[in-house]
Amino acid sequence: MMEFIHGHYAYWFILILLCIGLYGMLMKRNLVKKLVGMTIFQASVILFFVSIASKWDASVPVKATSLATDVVANYMNPLPHTLMLTAIVVGVATQGVAFTLLINIYNRYQTLDEQELLDKIQ
Amino acid sequence: MKYFKALILVAFAALMLYASIDLPYRGDPDNLMHNETSMTGSKVAGHYYIQEAYHDAKTPNMVTVVLGDYRSTDTIGEQVVIFTAGIITLLLLRKHKEE
Amino acid sequence: MRTEFDSPIILLGARLLSPYIMLIGLYVIFHGHYSPGGGFQGGALLAASILLVRLSGGKVTDPLQIKESITTPMASLGVLIYFGTGFAAILAGGLFLDYEMLPLGMDPAYLRNTGILIIEIGIGLAVMAVLIMIFDNMVRGEDL
Repeated sequence: MMEFIHGHYAYWFILILLCIGLYGMLMKRNLVKKLVGMTIFQASVILFFVSIASKWDASVPVKATSLATDVVANYMNPLPHTLMLTAIVVGVATQGVAFTLLINIYNRYQTLDEQELLDKIQ
Repeated sequence: MKYFKALILVAFAALMLYASIDLPYRGDPDNLMHNETSMTGSKVAGHYYIQEAYHDAKTPNMVTVVLGDYRSTDTIGEQVVIFTAGIITLLLLRKHKEE
Repeated sequence: MRTEFDSPIILLGARLLSPYIMLIGLYVIFHGHYSPGGGFQGGALLAASILLVRLSGGKVTDPLQIKESITTPMASLGVLIYFGTGFAAILAGGLFLDYEMLPLGMDPAYLRNTGILIIEIGIGLAVMAVLIMIFDNMVRGEDL
Protein backbone atom coordinates (compact mmCIF):
# COMPACT_ATOMS: atom_id res chain seq x y z
CA MET A 1 0.00 0.00 0.00
CA MET A 2 2.78 2.42 0.91
CA GLU A 3 4.67 1.44 -2.21
CA PHE A 4 1.61 2.10 -4.32
CA ILE A 5 1.24 5.61 -2.90
CA HIS A 6 4.98 6.24 -3.19
CA GLY A 7 4.91 5.34 -6.87
CA HIS A 8 1.75 7.18 -7.83
CA TYR A 9 1.50 10.41 -5.81
CA ALA A 10 3.05 12.51 -8.58
CA TYR A 11 0.24 11.61 -10.97
CA TRP A 12 -2.38 12.80 -8.45
CA PHE A 13 -0.76 16.21 -8.07
CA ILE A 14 -0.72 16.64 -11.83
CA LEU A 15 -4.39 15.63 -11.90
CA ILE A 16 -5.16 18.48 -9.48
CA LEU A 17 -3.48 20.94 -11.88
CA LEU A 18 -5.49 19.50 -14.79
CA CYS A 19 -8.75 20.03 -12.93
CA ILE A 20 -7.85 23.63 -12.04
CA GLY A 21 -7.18 24.40 -15.70
CA LEU A 22 -10.40 22.73 -16.85
CA TYR A 23 -12.43 24.60 -14.22
CA GLY A 24 -11.06 27.89 -15.50
CA MET A 25 -11.94 27.03 -19.09
CA LEU A 26 -15.50 25.92 -18.35
CA MET A 27 -16.84 28.07 -15.55
CA LYS A 28 -15.49 31.58 -16.08
CA ARG A 29 -17.30 34.11 -18.28
CA ASN A 30 -14.48 36.41 -19.32
CA LEU A 31 -12.54 35.36 -22.41
CA VAL A 32 -9.11 36.23 -21.01
CA LYS A 33 -9.68 34.00 -18.00
CA LYS A 34 -10.54 31.12 -20.29
CA LEU A 35 -7.21 31.61 -22.04
CA VAL A 36 -5.35 31.54 -18.74
CA GLY A 37 -7.09 28.25 -17.95
CA MET A 38 -5.88 26.82 -21.24
CA THR A 39 -2.31 27.84 -20.36
CA ILE A 40 -2.49 26.03 -17.01
CA PHE A 41 -3.89 22.90 -18.73
CA GLN A 42 -1.02 22.85 -21.21
CA ALA A 43 1.60 23.33 -18.46
CA SER A 44 0.26 20.35 -16.54
CA VAL A 45 0.48 18.04 -19.56
CA ILE A 46 4.11 19.07 -20.15
CA LEU A 47 4.91 18.44 -16.48
CA PHE A 48 3.40 14.95 -16.71
CA PHE A 49 5.61 13.97 -19.63
CA VAL A 50 8.78 15.25 -17.99
CA SER A 51 8.01 13.47 -14.71
CA ILE A 52 7.72 9.99 -16.19
CA ALA A 53 11.25 10.14 -17.63
CA SER A 54 13.04 10.02 -14.28
CA LYS A 55 14.78 7.08 -12.64
CA TRP A 56 15.89 6.40 -9.07
CA ASP A 57 19.42 7.69 -8.26
CA ALA A 58 19.95 8.98 -11.79
CA SER A 59 21.63 12.18 -12.91
CA VAL A 60 20.62 14.80 -15.51
CA PRO A 61 21.16 13.74 -19.16
CA VAL A 62 24.54 15.50 -19.45
CA LYS A 63 27.55 13.21 -19.61
CA ALA A 64 29.80 13.61 -16.58
CA THR A 65 33.34 12.31 -16.54
CA SER A 66 32.83 10.24 -13.41
CA LEU A 67 29.76 8.26 -14.55
CA ALA A 68 30.10 5.88 -17.48
CA THR A 69 27.49 5.85 -20.21
CA ASP A 70 27.51 2.08 -20.61
CA VAL A 71 25.36 1.62 -17.54
CA VAL A 72 22.06 3.10 -18.68
CA ALA A 73 20.56 3.41 -15.18
CA ASN A 74 22.93 6.30 -14.40
CA TYR A 75 21.20 8.86 -16.63
CA MET A 76 17.63 9.97 -17.16
CA ASN A 77 15.83 9.27 -20.42
CA PRO A 78 16.53 12.23 -22.75
CA LEU A 79 13.72 11.69 -25.25
CA PRO A 80 10.71 13.20 -23.35
CA HIS A 81 12.76 16.26 -22.39
CA THR A 82 13.46 16.95 -26.06
CA LEU A 83 9.87 16.55 -27.22
CA MET A 84 8.59 18.82 -24.45
CA LEU A 85 10.98 21.60 -25.50
CA THR A 86 9.19 21.64 -28.83
CA ALA A 87 5.80 21.56 -27.11
CA ILE A 88 6.60 24.58 -24.92
CA VAL A 89 7.61 26.71 -27.89
CA VAL A 90 4.53 25.74 -29.89
CA GLY A 91 2.38 26.65 -26.88
CA VAL A 92 3.91 30.11 -26.69
CA ALA A 93 3.18 30.69 -30.38
CA THR A 94 -0.44 29.56 -29.92
CA GLN A 95 -0.97 31.96 -27.01
CA GLY A 96 0.47 34.86 -29.01
CA VAL A 97 -1.99 34.28 -31.85
CA ALA A 98 -4.89 33.82 -29.38
CA PHE A 99 -4.27 37.15 -27.67
CA THR A 100 -4.06 38.89 -31.04
CA LEU A 101 -7.48 37.51 -31.94
CA LEU A 102 -8.82 38.79 -28.60
CA ILE A 103 -7.58 42.30 -29.40
CA ASN A 104 -9.41 42.16 -32.72
CA ILE A 105 -12.64 41.01 -31.02
CA TYR A 106 -12.47 43.85 -28.51
CA ASN A 107 -11.86 46.45 -31.20
CA ARG A 108 -14.94 45.31 -33.07
CA TYR A 109 -17.54 44.51 -30.40
CA GLN A 110 -16.33 46.61 -27.41
CA THR A 111 -16.86 43.77 -24.93
CA LEU A 112 -15.05 40.64 -23.78
CA ASP A 113 -17.87 38.91 -21.92
CA GLU A 114 -19.15 35.64 -23.31
CA GLN A 115 -22.89 36.19 -22.87
CA GLU A 116 -22.90 39.74 -24.24
CA LEU A 117 -20.87 38.60 -27.23
CA LEU A 118 -23.37 35.90 -28.07
CA ASP A 119 -26.22 38.44 -27.86
CA LYS A 120 -24.43 40.98 -30.02
CA ILE A 121 -23.53 38.55 -32.78
CA GLN A 122 -27.12 37.37 -33.32
CA MET B 1 -26.42 24.88 -17.90
CA LYS B 2 -24.04 25.51 -15.01
CA TYR B 3 -24.79 22.12 -13.44
CA PHE B 4 -24.13 20.38 -16.72
CA LYS B 5 -20.65 21.92 -16.86
CA ALA B 6 -19.96 20.90 -13.25
CA LEU B 7 -21.03 17.36 -14.11
CA ILE B 8 -18.58 17.28 -17.02
CA LEU B 9 -15.77 18.44 -14.71
CA VAL B 10 -16.47 15.79 -12.06
CA ALA B 11 -16.79 13.02 -14.69
CA PHE B 12 -13.45 14.02 -16.25
CA ALA B 13 -11.69 13.98 -12.88
CA ALA B 14 -13.10 10.54 -12.03
CA LEU B 15 -12.09 9.13 -15.41
CA MET B 16 -8.52 10.39 -15.04
CA LEU B 17 -8.29 8.98 -11.52
CA TYR B 18 -9.45 5.58 -12.72
CA ALA B 19 -6.90 5.66 -15.55
CA SER B 20 -3.98 6.57 -13.30
CA ILE B 21 -4.24 3.43 -11.16
CA ASP B 22 -2.76 1.26 -13.89
CA LEU B 23 0.22 3.46 -14.77
CA PRO B 24 3.67 2.03 -13.90
CA TYR B 25 5.56 3.16 -10.82
CA ARG B 26 7.33 6.48 -11.37
CA GLY B 27 11.10 6.12 -11.42
CA ASP B 28 11.42 2.35 -11.66
CA PRO B 29 14.46 1.52 -13.81
CA ASP B 30 12.80 -1.70 -15.01
CA ASN B 31 10.01 0.15 -16.84
CA LEU B 32 9.07 -0.80 -20.34
CA MET B 33 10.32 2.52 -21.70
CA HIS B 34 13.84 2.07 -20.29
CA ASN B 35 14.41 -1.40 -21.71
CA GLU B 36 16.90 -2.36 -24.37
CA THR B 37 14.60 -3.98 -26.91
CA SER B 38 10.86 -3.60 -27.21
CA MET B 39 8.30 -6.39 -27.36
CA THR B 40 8.67 -6.92 -31.10
CA GLY B 41 12.47 -7.03 -31.11
CA SER B 42 13.40 -3.52 -32.35
CA LYS B 43 15.64 -1.16 -30.43
CA VAL B 44 14.23 1.33 -27.92
CA ALA B 45 15.20 4.94 -28.61
CA GLY B 46 16.04 6.08 -25.06
CA HIS B 47 18.54 3.29 -24.45
CA TYR B 48 20.30 3.85 -27.78
CA TYR B 49 20.53 7.63 -27.37
CA ILE B 50 22.18 7.40 -23.94
CA GLN B 51 24.83 4.94 -25.08
CA GLU B 52 25.78 6.43 -28.44
CA ALA B 53 25.38 10.22 -28.10
CA TYR B 54 28.96 11.07 -27.07
CA HIS B 55 30.36 8.53 -29.50
CA ASP B 56 28.62 10.06 -32.51
CA ALA B 57 28.84 13.80 -31.90
CA LYS B 58 31.52 14.42 -29.22
CA THR B 59 29.06 16.55 -27.23
CA PRO B 60 28.39 15.92 -23.51
CA ASN B 61 24.80 17.26 -23.55
CA MET B 62 22.52 14.44 -24.74
CA VAL B 63 19.39 16.58 -25.10
CA THR B 64 21.09 18.94 -27.58
CA VAL B 65 22.38 16.01 -29.62
CA VAL B 66 18.91 14.47 -29.82
CA LEU B 67 17.33 17.84 -30.70
CA GLY B 68 19.89 18.93 -33.27
CA ASP B 69 21.20 15.73 -34.79
CA TYR B 70 18.95 12.71 -34.42
CA ARG B 71 15.64 14.61 -34.64
CA SER B 72 16.60 17.68 -36.63
CA THR B 73 13.52 17.54 -38.88
CA ASP B 74 11.23 18.11 -35.89
CA THR B 75 13.25 21.17 -34.95
CA ILE B 76 12.98 22.63 -38.42
CA GLY B 77 9.20 22.17 -38.29
CA GLU B 78 9.10 23.99 -34.97
CA GLN B 79 11.02 26.93 -36.40
CA VAL B 80 8.49 27.21 -39.22
CA VAL B 81 5.64 27.20 -36.66
CA ILE B 82 7.09 30.02 -34.59
CA PHE B 83 7.92 32.08 -37.68
CA THR B 84 4.34 31.64 -38.95
CA ALA B 85 2.94 32.82 -35.60
CA GLY B 86 4.98 36.02 -35.87
CA ILE B 87 3.76 36.68 -39.41
CA ILE B 88 0.13 36.07 -38.35
CA THR B 89 0.31 38.83 -35.73
CA LEU B 90 1.72 41.16 -38.37
CA LEU B 91 -1.11 40.48 -40.80
CA LEU B 92 -4.02 40.58 -38.34
CA LEU B 93 -3.39 44.00 -36.87
CA ARG B 94 -3.03 46.24 -39.85
CA LYS B 95 -4.81 49.54 -40.17
CA HIS B 96 -7.58 49.30 -42.74
CA LYS B 97 -7.12 52.41 -44.85
CA GLU B 98 -10.24 51.93 -46.93
CA GLU B 99 -12.70 52.07 -44.03
CA MET C 1 2.45 50.43 -23.03
CA ARG C 2 2.15 53.74 -24.80
CA THR C 3 2.26 55.79 -21.62
CA GLU C 4 5.30 56.10 -19.42
CA PHE C 5 5.42 55.37 -15.74
CA ASP C 6 6.12 58.66 -13.98
CA SER C 7 8.90 57.39 -11.75
CA PRO C 8 12.47 57.38 -13.06
CA ILE C 9 13.54 54.54 -10.77
CA ILE C 10 11.90 51.84 -12.94
CA LEU C 11 13.57 53.14 -16.09
CA LEU C 12 16.95 53.36 -14.37
CA GLY C 13 16.69 49.80 -13.02
CA ALA C 14 15.75 48.38 -16.43
CA ARG C 15 18.55 50.21 -18.21
CA LEU C 16 21.04 48.98 -15.62
CA LEU C 17 20.04 45.31 -15.83
CA SER C 18 19.50 44.90 -19.56
CA PRO C 19 23.12 44.39 -20.79
CA TYR C 20 23.84 41.74 -18.15
CA ILE C 21 20.74 39.74 -19.05
CA MET C 22 21.79 39.87 -22.71
CA LEU C 23 25.24 38.58 -21.77
CA ILE C 24 23.80 35.69 -19.81
CA GLY C 25 21.53 34.88 -22.78
CA LEU C 26 24.54 34.64 -25.10
CA TYR C 27 26.31 32.45 -22.54
CA VAL C 28 23.35 30.04 -22.45
CA ILE C 29 23.30 29.74 -26.25
CA PHE C 30 26.98 29.03 -26.66
CA HIS C 31 27.27 26.66 -23.72
CA GLY C 32 24.44 24.46 -24.94
CA HIS C 33 26.99 21.70 -25.63
CA TYR C 34 28.35 21.37 -22.13
CA SER C 35 25.47 22.18 -19.77
CA PRO C 36 21.66 22.44 -20.00
CA GLY C 37 20.72 25.20 -22.41
CA GLY C 38 20.68 25.63 -26.16
CA GLY C 39 18.97 27.73 -28.76
CA PHE C 40 15.42 28.19 -27.46
CA GLN C 41 16.32 29.07 -23.89
CA GLY C 42 18.98 31.59 -24.95
CA GLY C 43 16.62 33.21 -27.46
CA ALA C 44 13.97 33.73 -24.78
CA LEU C 45 16.52 35.35 -22.43
CA LEU C 46 17.72 37.70 -25.17
CA ALA C 47 14.15 38.76 -25.94
CA ALA C 48 13.48 39.36 -22.23
CA SER C 49 16.39 41.77 -21.94
CA ILE C 50 15.01 43.99 -24.72
CA LEU C 51 11.35 43.81 -23.67
CA LEU C 52 12.29 45.06 -20.18
CA VAL C 53 13.35 48.46 -21.52
CA ARG C 54 10.36 48.66 -23.86
CA LEU C 55 7.89 48.02 -21.05
CA SER C 56 9.29 50.63 -18.71
CA GLY C 57 10.15 53.34 -21.20
CA GLY C 58 7.08 53.69 -23.38
CA LYS C 59 7.04 55.44 -26.70
CA VAL C 60 10.29 57.37 -26.20
CA THR C 61 12.67 54.40 -26.09
CA ASP C 62 11.13 52.38 -28.95
CA PRO C 63 13.46 53.35 -31.83
CA LEU C 64 16.56 53.55 -29.66
CA GLN C 65 17.41 49.92 -29.01
CA ILE C 66 16.01 47.79 -31.84
CA LYS C 67 13.83 49.45 -34.46
CA GLU C 68 10.45 47.98 -35.32
CA SER C 69 11.22 47.50 -38.99
CA ILE C 70 14.28 45.31 -38.47
CA THR C 71 12.72 42.41 -36.57
CA THR C 72 11.08 40.75 -39.59
CA PRO C 73 14.32 40.49 -41.63
CA MET C 74 16.09 39.16 -38.54
CA ALA C 75 13.54 36.36 -38.13
CA SER C 76 13.84 35.44 -41.81
CA LEU C 77 17.63 35.37 -41.46
CA GLY C 78 17.39 32.92 -38.58
CA VAL C 79 15.21 30.48 -40.54
CA LEU C 80 17.45 30.90 -43.61
CA ILE C 81 20.58 29.89 -41.65
CA TYR C 82 18.88 26.62 -40.69
CA PHE C 83 17.70 25.84 -44.22
CA GLY C 84 21.05 26.94 -45.66
CA THR C 85 22.90 24.34 -43.62
CA GLY C 86 20.54 21.66 -44.90
CA PHE C 87 21.00 22.67 -48.52
CA ALA C 88 24.78 22.93 -48.14
CA ALA C 89 24.76 19.28 -47.11
CA ILE C 90 22.74 18.40 -50.26
CA LEU C 91 25.10 20.37 -52.53
CA ALA C 92 28.11 18.54 -51.07
CA GLY C 93 26.63 15.14 -51.86
CA GLY C 94 24.70 13.87 -48.84
CA LEU C 95 21.13 13.80 -47.59
CA PHE C 96 19.23 16.82 -46.23
CA LEU C 97 20.70 17.97 -42.87
CA ASP C 98 23.45 15.37 -42.94
CA TYR C 99 26.30 17.18 -41.17
CA GLU C 100 29.06 14.77 -42.10
CA MET C 101 29.22 16.08 -45.68
CA LEU C 102 29.74 19.78 -44.87
CA PRO C 103 32.75 21.22 -46.73
CA LEU C 104 34.77 22.16 -43.61
CA GLY C 105 37.87 20.06 -43.13
CA MET C 106 37.46 18.15 -39.85
CA ASP C 107 36.82 14.62 -38.56
CA PRO C 108 33.24 13.38 -38.98
CA ALA C 109 32.44 13.50 -35.26
CA TYR C 110 33.67 17.09 -34.87
CA LEU C 111 31.77 18.10 -37.99
CA ARG C 112 28.54 17.11 -36.24
CA ASN C 113 29.56 19.25 -33.27
CA THR C 114 30.03 22.30 -35.51
CA GLY C 115 26.82 21.66 -37.40
CA ILE C 116 24.80 21.68 -34.17
CA LEU C 117 26.48 24.96 -33.14
CA ILE C 118 25.53 26.71 -36.39
CA ILE C 119 21.94 25.56 -36.00
CA GLU C 120 21.69 26.82 -32.42
CA ILE C 121 22.76 30.32 -33.50
CA GLY C 122 20.02 30.36 -36.15
CA ILE C 123 17.38 29.19 -33.68
CA GLY C 124 18.33 31.81 -31.07
CA LEU C 125 18.15 34.65 -33.59
CA ALA C 126 14.75 33.60 -34.91
CA VAL C 127 13.16 33.09 -31.48
CA MET C 128 14.36 36.50 -30.23
CA ALA C 129 13.07 38.32 -33.31
CA VAL C 130 9.64 36.64 -33.23
CA LEU C 131 9.04 37.35 -29.52
CA ILE C 132 9.85 41.05 -29.99
CA MET C 133 7.69 41.14 -33.13
CA ILE C 134 4.62 39.74 -31.31
CA PHE C 135 4.94 42.40 -28.57
CA ASP C 136 5.36 45.27 -31.05
CA ASN C 137 2.36 44.26 -33.13
CA MET C 138 0.13 43.94 -30.10
CA VAL C 139 1.09 47.44 -28.94
CA ARG C 140 0.42 48.87 -32.38
CA GLY C 141 -2.98 47.18 -32.57
CA GLU C 142 -4.21 48.67 -29.31
CA ASP C 143 -5.27 52.02 -30.64
CA LEU C 144 -6.87 51.08 -33.95
